[in-house]
Amino acid sequence: MGEKVLMKGNEAIAEAAIKAGCHHYFGYPITPQTEIAAYMSKRMPKIGGTFLQAESEVAAINMVIGVSSTGKRVMTSSSSPGVSLKSEGISYLAGCDLPALVVNVQRGGPGLGGIQPSQSDYFQATKGGSHGDYHNIVLAPASVQEMATLTQKGFELADKYRMVSMILADGTLGQMMEPVEIEEVSDNQIEKPWALTGTGMKREHNIVNSLYLKPDLLEKKNIERFEKYKLVEENEVMYEEYMLDDADICVVAFGISSRVARNAVNMARAQGIKVGLLRPITLWPFPKKPLFEASKHCKAFISVEMNMGQMIQDIELAIRCSRPVYLCNRTGGMIPSPDEVLQKIVEVNNGGAK
Amino acid sequence: MSTLNILYAGFGGQGILFSGKFVAYDGLIAGKQVSWLPSYGPEMRGGTANCSVIISDDPIGSPIVEKPDVLVAMNLPSLDKYENEVVPGGKIFVDSSLIERKVERTDVDVFYIPATKIANEKKIPTLANMIITGKMIKEVSELSLDNMDTVLSKIVSARHKDLLEVNKDAVRTGYDYE
Repeated sequence: MGEKVLMKGNEAIAEAAIKAGCHHYFGYPITPQTEIAAYMSKRMPKIGGTFLQAESEVAAINMVIGVSSTGKRVMTSSSSPGVSLKSEGISYLAGCDLPALVVNVQRGGPGLGGIQPSQSDYFQATKGGSHGDYHNIVLAPASVQEMATLTQKGFELADKYRMVSMILADGTLGQMMEPVEIEEVSDNQIEKPWALTGTGMKREHNIVNSLYLKPDLLEKKNIERFEKYKLVEENEVMYEEYMLDDADICVVAFGISSRVARNAVNMARAQGIKVGLLRPITLWPFPKKPLFEASKHCKAFISVEMNMGQMIQDIELAIRCSRPVYLCNRTGGMIPSPDEVLQKIVEVNNGGAK
Repeated sequence: MSTLNILYAGFGGQGILFSGKFVAYDGLIAGKQVSWLPSYGPEMRGGTANCSVIISDDPIGSPIVEKPDVLVAMNLPSLDKYENEVVPGGKIFVDSSLIERKVERTDVDVFYIPATKIANEKKIPTLANMIITGKMIKEVSELSLDNMDTVLSKIVSARHKDLLEVNKDAVRTGYDYE
């Protein structure tokens, strides 16, 4: 066990990535995630790695495709508008079955939007976000420590399933400092026989490609890929429950909203309201089963999000619309206050919520 | 102590974020849960800057301090904006060399310290933040100077070791101010 240090969430992502054997970073600056690139630019030269500020986000993600093809751990990071630019490359990574870590430290949108924290890229992250049939593994940290541990977990899952892992954070988590401890983890637990490492005249050529002009072959490829996604859904769901066992009301929130919601749950409990919190840690795969289980004893759900209501749809699907799901939200860079969430809990408890 | 919510507020460039980090690191070394959240973006470049610091025995929920137990106000707009947010019985520290008016609340403890004036007189004009922090440490029972050397050595970068002593001196000056 190392010593706990105070670090910004963005820096914790960068250091955790390096300690997970990611020695190649390509990016382009954008608030509020620039500290990731800044940290990488300082550290990578010292460890013989690559830091490259690309000419654009599009260039950066294509550099990621290149390095990933060789089997090395690689990442890029951006904030909302920049992630939209990377979307094409993310689809190509999915189509080539290449592992990579993509970080989105979200800001308000759409368009250039603002620079304050937001969770409005939930749909983009969890529903694919680019063209074609595919998924990313989407991890939603709620603390600086999780910015580090989920970054390392993201690399592991990406390698294991040959998928893109996305860290879906927000400006608050990127900018805030908390104590963090970052461990060294191995980057070579998973064999990569598919990687383009040179045949040495000893094996057949490996091919990394997403172009399939014969529709029957492409269909087969897509069906195979979805069998893999099914395994991810079965095995990799992560979530945290807080005071949910005896709850009548279930608050669902991820990332920074979940911390605000947790305060509100404590305040409501002090008033004698039986409310609990379910915090998805993986947004894809979404914790459908635990939500469905909660719907057996919770009479209502509240989705707390920093957008106009995106995750709420997945909650409704998970519980098969068997209970009302209310929305408690702010958007555009605003963060709900614990009082606002508490007020919604009280309204729902009194049966008067809209 | 269960949870101490501190809000530093002032202009960008006054060292608001640095003093917040100083206090947060002190909590970390004392074995507490801590969080530090800055305002970011254009505010950092000359507008109003503020910094939420929470020090707690329990896991910290929201890192945003909306109702501070302790407010450190280093300019008038900050005092105007946050005076009414301080919890009853809370403490307000006012840089009285930059803020001419008095605090209107009567249900809080107020400490006036001409931190910027003292800093200028001592020829450490950039360290008014640490002077007012020293006063805060003196008056807030949950905080202490016990680990000041360690904390400063963590947050003053290796290139600026010459700044260690002046920072200590500034904190001490504020601490001893009556």
